[in-house]
Amino acid sequence: MYRYDEFDAEFVNDRVAQFSDQVRRRIAGELTEEQFKPLRLMNGVYLQLHAYMLRIAIPYGTLSSTQMRKLAHIARTYDKGYGHFTTRQNLQFNWPSLEDIPAILQELAEVEMHAIQTSGNCIRNTTADHLAGASADEHADPRVYAEIIRQWSSLHPEFSFLPRKFKVAVTGASTDRAAIRAHDIGLEIRRGENRQIGFRIFVGGGLGRTPMLGKEIRDFVEERDLLAYLEAILRVYNRWGRRDNKYKARIKILVHERGIESIREEVEAEFAEIRGGALDLPQEERQRIARYFAPPPFEEGPIDAARLTEAMAKDPAFAVWVERNTHAHKQPGYTSVTISLKPIGGVPGDAKADQMDSVADIADRFAFGEIRVSHEQNLILPHVKKNDLPEIYAALAEAKLATGNRGLVTDIIACPGLDYCALANARSIPIAQRLSERFADIERQREIGDVSIKISGCINACGHHHVGHIGILGVDRKGEEFYQITLGGAPGEDASIGEIVGKGFSADEVVDAVETLVDTYIRLRTDPKESFLTAYRRLGEAPFRDALYGEASRAA
Amino acid sequence: MAKKLVAEQMVLTANRLADGRVIYLGADGWTIDLDEARIVRGAEEAEGAEEAGRKAVADRILVEPYLIEVVTVGGGVEPARLREKIRCAGPTTGHSRSAA
Ligand code: SF4
Repeated sequence: MYRYDEFDAEFVNDRVAQFSDQVRRRIAGELTEEQFKPLRLMNGVYLQLHAYMLRIAIPYGTLSSTQMRKLAHIARTYDKGYGHFTTRQNLQFNWPSLEDIPAILQELAEVEMHAIQTSGNCIRNTTADHLAGASADEHADPRVYAEIIRQWSSLHPEFSFLPRKFKVAVTGASTDRAAIRAHDIGLEIRRGENRQIGFRIFVGGGLGRTPMLGKEIRDFVEERDLLAYLEAILRVYNRWGRRDNKYKARIKILVHERGIESIREEVEAEFAEIRGGALDLPQEERQRIARYFAPPPFEEGPIDAARLTEAMAKDPAFAVWVERNTHAHKQPGYTSVTISLKPIGGVPGDAKADQMDSVADIADRFAFGEIRVSHEQNLILPHVKKNDLPEIYAALAEAKLATGNRGLVTDIIACPGLDYCALANARSIPIAQRLSERFADIERQREIGDVSIKISGCINACGHHHVGHIGILGVDRKGEEFYQITLGGAPGEDASIGEIVGKGFSADEVVDAVETLVDTYIRLRTDPKESFLTAYRRLGEAPFRDALYGEASRAA
Repeated sequence: MAKKLVAEQMVLTANRLADGRVIYLGADGWTIDLDEARIVRGAEEAEGAEEAGRKAVADRILVEPYLIEVVTVGGGVEPARLREKIRCAGPTTGHSRSAA
C-alpha cells in the first residue's frame, strides 16, 4: 500500500508547524482575517454556516485501518462524534474549533494524512476507481498513476495559482467508476498493441454552472510520457485559462470556446518540446511506486459455496446484501464489499466515530486493513474472502452498517447543502432522507433496480446532480427552497449530462415528483432488466414530463 | 459587506473567531442566543450595530458580521430567512442535529 515518502513527512510536519503559528498569530491579532483566510484555505479550513469545516484529503480514496481509527479519534475528541465522506473522496469534519485545528493536523500527520490542496486554485486530490487493485475488470491499477500525479502536482510551483481549481481522475478498468469525463482531466488506462500501458486522455469535463463532458484529446499517451503530457495540458490552460471571470475560468470553458482541435494542437506543440525531459517517467520509478500498491497476500483455498448459499437462504437481508454490495474480484475466492453509508433516513456519507472504529476493526480482521472511500459516499473493503461474508455481514450489522442498497434508489448522493454549506441555496440532506424513507421497502427497491439519485444544494454541483439518472438541484426562488429535476445523466463510460425535465418543485412536492418518475419508468420499461437509464434513453423525456406536468404541458 | 439590508427589525450576526460558532450582537456584548440579541431598527441603529461589528472584528472576537432580518414570532423573534433559521437552530438533519 502507498507509503508517504520522507519528503512528504518532512513537508507535512513543516506545514503543521507553520499553520500552528499562523493560527496563534491570528488569535493574537498579528494577522487580520484578510491575511489569514487564504492561509487557512490552503490547509483545508473553511468557514461554513455553523462552524469551521476541515476537509481532509484521502488520496485516491485509499485508507488504512490505522488512518480510519485516527479519523474516529479526531471525530470523538475534537468534533461532534461524526465525519462526512464527500463525493471527492475526502472527509469533512463539520465542527472543529480553529484553536484545535493545529492539533488535529498534528494527529493526522502521525498517520500520514493532511489537508493540503483540498482548497484553492491548484491541482486537487486525484481521485480513482474505488475498486482499484481489486475489481475483475481492471487492466491496471490506477492508484499507481494517481500517486505519480499526486507527487508531481503537490506544491508544483508553476501550478499553485491556476486560473481555477483543477481535478484529475483515473480509471484502469473497463467500467468507469471514477467518472473521469466529469473531471478537468480524465485518464483511462489502456493497453497498447504489445500490452504496454498507455492512457486515453479526456480534457475539459466538469459539472458546476456549465456542465460538460471531457473530450478526448489523445487516444494513447505512452506511460513514460504521462507527466509530460499532463504538464503540457496544464501549461496551455495556465496560459489561456480566463482569470478575469471566475465562472469562465475552468479548463472546460477554454476547451469549449476554442475547440478541442485547437487545444490539442497547442498541447501537442508544448508536449513535443518537453517530451523526454525532466518529466520522463522512468521504468524504475514507476516500479518503485507500483510496489506501494502490491496486492495483499491472498490465500488460495476452496470456496465454501454451500455455506454461503445456506446463509443466504436463511437470511433474506443477507442475501440482498450479497447481491447488491459485493463486487467481482480479480482473485478467485475473493470479493469487494461496499459498506453503505446510506441507511434508510440517514445522512448520506456520514459515519459516526464508533462506526469508523468498527470498520477499522472489520478491515483488520477480514480485509488486510484496507478501506476505500467511493465518490458515491460509501466505504469499501476491497479484498475480502467470500467465505468470510457471513461474519463480515454480522459485524457490519452490529455497527448498523449493513444496508444492502448499493446502486439502488436509496443509495443517494447528497452534498451538505443548506444544513452546513455557506454557498447553498437549498437543503440537500433532508430531501435525501425523505426520499430514502419513501422508498424504504427493499423489495420495492429491488423491483426498481439500478437507479441513481444525486442532489446538490446549489449550482456548484458537489452532489453531481448533472450525472444522476435523476438529478436534483436546489435553487432559491424568492426565499423558498425549490428543486429542479434533471433526467438521464450518467457518470461512467457512457456518460451524459442530465436534461432539465420542466419547472421545479417545492420542497413539499419534490419527493412525490421523484416517485412519479420512478413509477412512470416501471410502467413503461420493456421488462425488469431494462434499467431506468436505458428506458429513459429509449423513451426520451416526453412521457416523464407528461407524468409530472400532464399532457397539456407539451403543447405549451 | 453585501448590499445594505433594509428591514423593519434586524439583528447583527457573525461567526466567532475561535470556534466559528454563530453569535449575535446582544444588548450588551455578544451572545449565542438569538433571544438575547439586540433588535435593530432604522438606519441609525443599523450603523451603530455595524460599527460594533467592525470593532469586534478588530478585537478578534468574530469574523464576517452582517445584519439579518428578524420577525416577531410569539413572544420572541426568529430569522426571516431559512439560511439564518438554520444558522440559528443548527442542521435539520436528525443525527447531526442531536450531536450538535
Ligand atoms: S453543491 Fe453547493 S450547496 Fe452543495 S456543497 Fe457544493 S457548494 Fe455547497
